Amino acid sequence: MTNPVLSIEHLSIKLPDGADRQFAVDDCSYTLDKGEILCVVGESGSGKSMTANALMGLLPEGVSVGAGRAVFEGKDILRQSEAESQNLRGAKIAMIFQEPMTALNPLMRIGDQISEVFEAHKRHTPSERRKRALDLVREVDLPDPEKIIRAYPFQLSGGQRQRAMIAMALALEPQILIADEPTTALDVTTQAQILKLILDLRKKRDMAVIFITHDFGVVAEIADKVLVMRYGKIVERGTADAVLKNPQHDYTKHLLAAIPSGLVPQNAEVQNSPALEVKALNKVFRTGGGFMKPHREVCAIDNISLSIAKGEVLGLVGESGSGKSTLGRAVVRLVTPDSGQILVGGIDMAALSESELRRARYKVQMVFQDPYASLNPRHKILRALTDGPIAKGVAKEQARSRARELMEIVGLGSDAVDRFPHEFSGGQRQRIGIARALAMDPDLIIADEAVSALDVSIQAQVLDLLRELRSQLNLSILFITHDLRVAAQLCDRIAVMQKGNLVEIGPVSDVFLNPQNDYTQRLLAAVPGGGWDLAKAPLSL
Amino acid sequence: MSFWKRFARNRGAVLGLVLLLAVIVIALIAPMLYPRGPWPMVQRPFLAPYTVDGLPLGTDTLGRNVAAGLVYGAQVSLLVGLISTVMALLIGVPLGAAAGFYGGWLDEGAMRFTEFFQTIPNFALAIVLVAILEPSLTSITLSIAIVSWPPVARLVRAEVMSVSKREYVDAARLAGLSNLRILVGQVLPNTVSPIIVMASLMVATAILLESSLSFLGLGDPNIMSWGYQIGAARTVIRSAWWLSFFPGLAIVLTVLALNLIGEGLNDALNPHLSRKGRT
Repeated sequence: MTNPVLSIEHLSIKLPDGADRQFAVDDCSYTLDKGEILCVVGESGSGKSMTANALMGLLPEGVSVGAGRAVFEGKDILRQSEAESQNLRGAKIAMIFQEPMTALNPLMRIGDQISEVFEAHKRHTPSERRKRALDLVREVDLPDPEKIIRAYPFQLSGGQRQRAMIAMALALEPQILIADEPTTALDVTTQAQILKLILDLRKKRDMAVIFITHDFGVVAEIADKVLVMRYGKIVERGTADAVLKNPQHDYTKHLLAAIPSGLVPQNAEVQNSPALEVKALNKVFRTGGGFMKPHREVCAIDNISLSIAKGEVLGLVGESGSGKSTLGRAVVRLVTPDSGQILVGGIDMAALSESELRRARYKVQMVFQDPYASLNPRHKILRALTDGPIAKGVAKEQARSRARELMEIVGLGSDAVDRFPHEFSGGQRQRIGIARALAMDPDLIIADEAVSALDVSIQAQVLDLLRELRSQLNLSILFITHDLRVAAQLCDRIAVMQKGNLVEIGPVSDVFLNPQNDYTQRLLAAVPGGGWDLAKAPLSL
Repeated sequence: MSFWKRFARNRGAVLGLVLLLAVIVIALIAPMLYPRGPWPMVQRPFLAPYTVDGLPLGTDTLGRNVAAGLVYGAQVSLLVGLISTVMALLIGVPLGAAAGFYGGWLDEGAMRFTEFFQTIPNFALAIVLVAILEPSLTSITLSIAIVSWPPVARLVRAEVMSVSKREYVDAARLAGLSNLRILVGQVLPNTVSPIIVMASLMVATAILLESSLSFLGLGDPNIMSWGYQIGAARTVIRSAWWLSFFPGLAIVLTVLALNLIGEGLNDALNPHLSRKGRT
């Protein structure tokens, strides 16, 4: 405790004039000890990444350090020359990023990228660099190291790329590793592996880690100390135990309360008449191939049958590539299945012709994942909400007044219809997306990762809205998500998909408390902060 | 930030806009400046600039007023540039949009057809077309349009393909809108920015092409254009430099203005792509 590796004193980072606030980070002080994992938690825009960027000298244009010091090895690293910070970067302080898909050079072999770190800092001979790269690849547990160092990034999965990134970061044995949301883009099982790797490496190398995240589950899993940031200020700090179990600041409490807990809600009774019946559905994607080359076939939906009762919420969970989104898109016929039936109100959507389909489309509506791509930037909200009903045959005036009404229902106020999408935040846009789906009076709504792109507190609000709407309007929802905690909050039944197969389906309580399938058990075990969840709110009915 | 503010931040673009407006104004008031037109002989030939009052740019090989020719040439250049670009857009945008949106055989067919035009050198094709159709303002404009639409089709196809993958297009599809309505109402409006930028640069290219054709003697013989002036003066370039210099300068300035505007539009319409470091 007496001799911290890094101490940040009264750091302020100035935003350019005209930004929504004056400082990205306002008067922050904290210290980092050797071998300690410090989690910096906050929602988007809280300034949690800015501090790290400042340490690395990677502040975006127009943003500058206003006041304060960051003392590392007795020197203030915020005020040193570019050459000095170049020496520091990689060698003493290393960083890994959120997006493993774009953080690696796609045209360079993994081994070369790792050796390049040594080369940049003029260490070792070329042959020794290769040897060390191989050692690092082994250390981060990449499979088949000899082959991997000759592979290109596109040949690796997301988790493997993140491991390769970590290997690069570790190359020069830094004293501090800054990890900026390194697991956010990964599946739960992969995330659990990466977290374990970081914990192991910390133990082995005794390095300090600054771990930036928005996910309290991850915090519970790895943090020694926690900092909670909001609007650039530190609102709470303390040991992980203290912050998680006994939060002092309202905002922390609010954040913790917003986390979808493992608490399983009681199931609504399931009526017999189904809103959707899927029977023996199949879809195979064929890519590539050509002269003398076989096609690559991916079986996205493999003989799946399921049904959703009227007024029921079915959660469809699985990791990326499990085919859950394809199933959702097949139900609305954005993807045409190879075989099988999709019965909505007795009509087989899969067998309709183009023009029949256009008339039947309103029965199933979708809420999309990306709030920024799901609304046409050039159309006012009114048009987004009325285009569909008018095409369906509703009178113009009626469609308009319904649009205003729906905006009230989703909590945005009827005046909002005359504005453009860019005037709304992500959470508000998602509400508009829900209103758009409701405008068609559908029998079934498919929510494809509808809350995945949102901050936890916003996520909680949107989930509340969905729950409320569902009880008011007796909606049937197919809720597709990768996040088991979210699924547990909203759904009556859960279906688990793996590699195009439906491996388990049943009431939430059964699936969560007594999973039958191996894969489901693995998924549940991988949920970060699982143990802490249990401590906070024991899974009970 | 508003569109104009972003556009005005690029000083070059503002300069280009001023230059282009000047050329347009000159073209518009040409009949007032020189009511007799560019053709009559006004003085003895080969008068250097500023040797006789009222002839600031001198006279050409036949004693015609160079300044008058320049002013009327501006009309032709702008007209040809604008109309041929509009025509090229009328061919390229629908073809590219249909290819990108519907895909499949339509895409294959349309793109092979486009490639057919792209494999022939632009200028050679334009010469052949003008030669076959007999040189006239219409045939020149038409042939320039025919050689310049393929890149438009390519660009629109790529843009439409990328926009149609967005979720709001899926949402429109789920709303039961017809394909044509989705293409016209949802997809195309989101592709206009790059098309506008490209169009501004195409006007510049068209002006160059027209000048080149006229230079080779393939221009409309009844119309005074910058290219024709340079072409007619090329034999006397050493003894009477001003005959080719001023029309050349006019071409350079107009094309430069259009290019600057194109770049300014690009910065203003795609703020995220604009180069960093400009404050």
